[in-house]
Amino acid sequence: MSKYKGTLKLSGLEPLIVTPESNFINVGERTNVTGSRAFLRMIKEGDFEAAIAVARDQVEGGAQIIDINMDEGMIDGKEAMVRFLNLIAAEPDISRVPVMIDSSKWEIIEAGLKCIQGKGVVNSISLKEGEENFIHQAKIIKRYGAAVIVMAFDENGQADNYDRRIEICKRAYDILVNVVKFAKDDIIFDPNIFPVATGMEEHNNNALDFFRATKWIRENLPGAHISGGVSNVSFSFRGNDKVREAMHSAFLYHAIQNGMDMGIVNPSMLEVYDNVDKELLEYVEDVLFNKRSDATERLLEYADTVTGEGKKREIDLSWRNVPVNERLSYALVKGLVEFIDEDVEECRHQFARPIEVIEGPLMDGMNIVGDLFGSGKMFLPQVVKSARVMKKAVAYLLPFIEAEKDGVQSFSGKILMATVKGDVHDIGKNIVGVVLACNNYEVIDMGVMVPADKIIQKAIEENVDIIGLSGLITPSLDEMVTVAKEMERANLKIPLMIGGATTSKVHTAVKIDQNFTKDQAIHVLDASRAVTVVESLLGVRKEDFILNVKAEYEKLREHYEKHKNAKKLLSIEKARENKFQIEWSQSDITTPSLIGTQKFISYSLGELVDYIDWTPFFQTWELHGKFPNILTDEVVGVEATSLYKDAQLMLKQIVDKNWLSANAVIGLFPANSIGDDIEIYSDENRYKVIHIQHSLRQQTQKVAGQPNIALSDFIAPKESGIKDYIGGFVVTTGVGMDEHIARFENDHDDYSSILLKALADRLAEAFAERMHERVRKEFWGYAKSESLENSDLIKETYQGIRPAPGYPACPDHTEKIGLFELLNATEITGVSLTESLAMLPASSVSGWYFAHPQAKYFGLGKINNDQVEDIAKRKGKQSEVMERWLSSVLF
Amino acid sequence: MEKIQDILKKRILILDGAMGTMIQRHKLEEEDFRKGWFENHTHPLKGNNDLLSLTRPEIIEDIHRQYFEAGADIAETNTFSGTWIAQADYSLEKYVYDINFYSAQIAKKVAQEFTEKNPSKPRFVAGSIGPTNRTASISPDVNDPGFRGISFDQLVDAYTEQVNALIDGGVDILLVETVFDTLNAKAALFAIDQVFEKRGVELPIMVSGTITDQSGRTLTGQTTEAFLISISHMPLLSVGLNCALGASMMRPYLQILNQTCTFNVSAHPNAGLPNAFGKYDETPELMAVQIKEFLDEGLVNIIGGCCGTTPDHIKAIADLAATYQPREQLTK
Repeated sequence: MSKYKGTLKLSGLEPLIVTPESNFINVGERTNVTGSRAFLRMIKEGDFEAAIAVARDQVEGGAQIIDINMDEGMIDGKEAMVRFLNLIAAEPDISRVPVMIDSSKWEIIEAGLKCIQGKGVVNSISLKEGEENFIHQAKIIKRYGAAVIVMAFDENGQADNYDRRIEICKRAYDILVNVVKFAKDDIIFDPNIFPVATGMEEHNNNALDFFRATKWIRENLPGAHISGGVSNVSFSFRGNDKVREAMHSAFLYHAIQNGMDMGIVNPSMLEVYDNVDKELLEYVEDVLFNKRSDATERLLEYADTVTGEGKKREIDLSWRNVPVNERLSYALVKGLVEFIDEDVEECRHQFARPIEVIEGPLMDGMNIVGDLFGSGKMFLPQVVKSARVMKKAVAYLLPFIEAEKDGVQSFSGKILMATVKGDVHDIGKNIVGVVLACNNYEVIDMGVMVPADKIIQKAIEENVDIIGLSGLITPSLDEMVTVAKEMERANLKIPLMIGGATTSKVHTAVKIDQNFTKDQAIHVLDASRAVTVVESLLGVRKEDFILNVKAEYEKLREHYEKHKNAKKLLSIEKARENKFQIEWSQSDITTPSLIGTQKFISYSLGELVDYIDWTPFFQTWELHGKFPNILTDEVVGVEATSLYKDAQLMLKQIVDKNWLSANAVIGLFPANSIGDDIEIYSDENRYKVIHIQHSLRQQTQKVAGQPNIALSDFIAPKESGIKDYIGGFVVTTGVGMDEHIARFENDHDDYSSILLKALADRLAEAFAERMHERVRKEFWGYAKSESLENSDLIKETYQGIRPAPGYPACPDHTEKIGLFELLNATEITGVSLTESLAMLPASSVSGWYFAHPQAKYFGLGKINNDQVEDIAKRKGKQSEVMERWLSSVLF
Repeated sequence: MEKIQDILKKRILILDGAMGTMIQRHKLEEEDFRKGWFENHTHPLKGNNDLLSLTRPEIIEDIHRQYFEAGADIAETNTFSGTWIAQADYSLEKYVYDINFYSAQIAKKVAQEFTEKNPSKPRFVAGSIGPTNRTASISPDVNDPGFRGISFDQLVDAYTEQVNALIDGGVDILLVETVFDTLNAKAALFAIDQVFEKRGVELPIMVSGTITDQSGRTLTGQTTEAFLISISHMPLLSVGLNCALGASMMRPYLQILNQTCTFNVSAHPNAGLPNAFGKYDETPELMAVQIKEFLDEGLVNIIGGCCGTTPDHIKAIADLAATYQPREQLTK
């Protein structure tokens, strides 16, 4: 046994020396796209200034190392890593601390190592892909002069018990020290922190095994350090902060005692060990050390009492004792509808006219809501709830107002909102509408798929002050340009607001603003900005505001032009020469068990619930953060938890009462690629071509060794003689939703209406995920033994991809037409395509299945006219037509 | 020949002084930089001192001889700018191999001559590997801090060529010096490690950083200790400091190295700071007084001079150092 515990020396601009006497080293984890939705959004939008501010906050907040992770399918991780590291190198208050380059992709790790002058940490490598690969990577890391985190993971999977942990760590250590000659002090093990008290017996020793393995490593592998992500341990108690905090404290206390010296801990989710309630501590430690067979039950029981107490506190009716005006404000701020009719009725008698209740106490209450929201003290779901209260109050008063003459409410302005022609997505538009209504604007909502002429006509009729357009799919960008041009032609001198997922400030500046000179076109990033923008556009300082916007857009246009010229695109021929190379072998390809299509009607919704990815759900409500951490987030945690509870309640109703029907069709077919096209055959004879899928190829000039990818590269070429396959799918969970939406809207309940739409979207994604899993395991069957038990914990990447037309790998929406025909999807599932090729109902997902082990997601990036002409020819369409469909990716 | 590692345990080794200062004494003209090699080259070459190893080898040879006579144990090759990156300014990328190979040979020849004369004081040649004129971790464009004028891969490529040529030319040591951007130095070490592996050889490596001013940091912002940690992944012969500062101003940072560095510690300070005319005017005596403080404190294992130092300075330092014990090495 060794007493040598090692000294880990790292550096940024300043040294960080971890000795056995050092306190626990806290690693900042917010600069991680997989852990922070907000950070991901910044990187996706190229808002590196904000991303750098996150890093600065971390360091100022006490992080001694910053973990940087750019592993996201939708961004160029390598480029983002390099850019971010280069930028923080110029910020001495950030780069003073060492960097942890966190990626599961070797190319990103290596690109990162080339940017840091200090001694950083690679997070992580493992024996997962065998010794040869491990040695190769360790050797290179050593050459770059970084320390390394080694995950307890080998060819057989993740270490999940004591013996496997020490076996793998010992093996890795011996290789590093004896073969690679890696400095012992620079080796850090992550022996896997797994949850306890999950109710599954095999998890009972998870914490204990970690402690024991940590102790063993520190005593037997001289120099080695221990790191890990602590919050995993309390995973099964998410939502119950008190228990989680106690678990983190106790776990960390004992882990440190056993030798853990660094890791990722959220400081706001940590109670001081000595301050943990003694009773709770006993239950927690019983669980951590698996001291008794009923340890989990006892902690669960205790946990229930903790939340129970919380609930009791919520039903506090003392606010009912204050004067009615204050009660109305309170109900508005808290979003409580229970007493609203009663209070409004009481209030009505205090005023001469019913309208005065709205203009007086109700508007006062909404002003408070507006202020709180504007200053970041209230969040979107709360505001939507407030709006529900307001609407109910107004609805109650309406008959009384109408009974009077000229009882007209005075609004601050009139705003027309519409989702443009061809697009059916309206969650964001509805939220903006609600927020504006809360701020005393009259909103005329024209709904979805509204043609330009109808918008203009209505705007003139109603004499509106602003038009707001929304859309989610890329063809909507063009439709917005059309509306702008029509407004110009109609000489409509009112501002035009642009919003929605694919819209951007740059697009507005470059494509819309210049087509509309009668007033100002302006991009609105999200609902929280909508009010400020509208106020500025309708206020006395409108001219100054517009001057600023104009200047900003001018700059954006200049930058865009400059950038555009700086970027180089290859000719399509050159790009093809640099295609993604796969060494084709029949043994890598599994013949699907199912050839042809299979339909699923009214699929079990209950089965889909576990497949829901909740993080985007919160994003819809502009609550940013990764689930489940968001529930305990310092800033939005309370609101996120409340929203989550409402969502769970509604989800239960959706499932129990079959509000929605989930329909799907999948199909698997023999296929081969010919150039950038994929031929799909009716049967194994491969004689009759039933469909050709046309793929687009990246044309951006790549650094040496990086291919220009097209989806067709993932299918074996016809000339190879190898029998390959492709799959397609269309799933929906939107059927049957309309009647419930109508019901909510009649009840003035936008909150429930938006909630249902957001949940249906999540269920559709979950359905796509579940079908993909079944395809991998059953229908195609190339991953029969795939087991993603711990899938909630560790985002294990499975084999194969399911790119969707209209998304980065395949921005060509017109591919949906053939896909739908191939699968007879409209008839089977009830999903149809609009003229812009949006799917109706909106809660639907469609795409292709690719199964090759090397198939991966990528972003097409910009393409050139030569490829547009080429694909138009291949598809038998006019180039102008394809140019329009592909304008968002056209260089 | 006794191994340098063993000699370092017994005595302080003396590194030579400035090459540029000595070249300046010759009042050379454009034709001196072209002679026999670049007569018709399109770019002006005056000031590209590394070329003199090709065009006026006798001058370089004579400078090495003077330093050895003054008591230097180690001569640095005339290759400070011997990378295609630095030579690109003169459009002489193609001559990088020749510069390094012949510079190494010249120094080696003189070193052997002296070793033969006095085998008890063997002389060594250190291949000088400069920082290039680009920084891998600072943007040259103030408007775009994320931009880089040179990549790690390009640096590795340039250093690989230089290191191979130096080894072919017969150097005993590789000296990565005047490190103002640690990332550049890491690229040099990366290249060296790869070359060693490919050729199956291993030479002692010295690394010497430059603390630019009394903030105590490198140009790219690292403290002395952070710099040390960032390059300690290689088995180095020594880590030290050179250039930018005179001896007295360098002392506090040498003290840090003395306390934290598990390798030998080297120092080759400037002869004070430049005067208003850009000349270094600290006399050998003045410089020796300051170096004496290093020696009294036991801060160094290898000592020499950088800008402005001459054989007279080196002689004063060598005479002084002969009376002191070397710094005791820290154990890891």
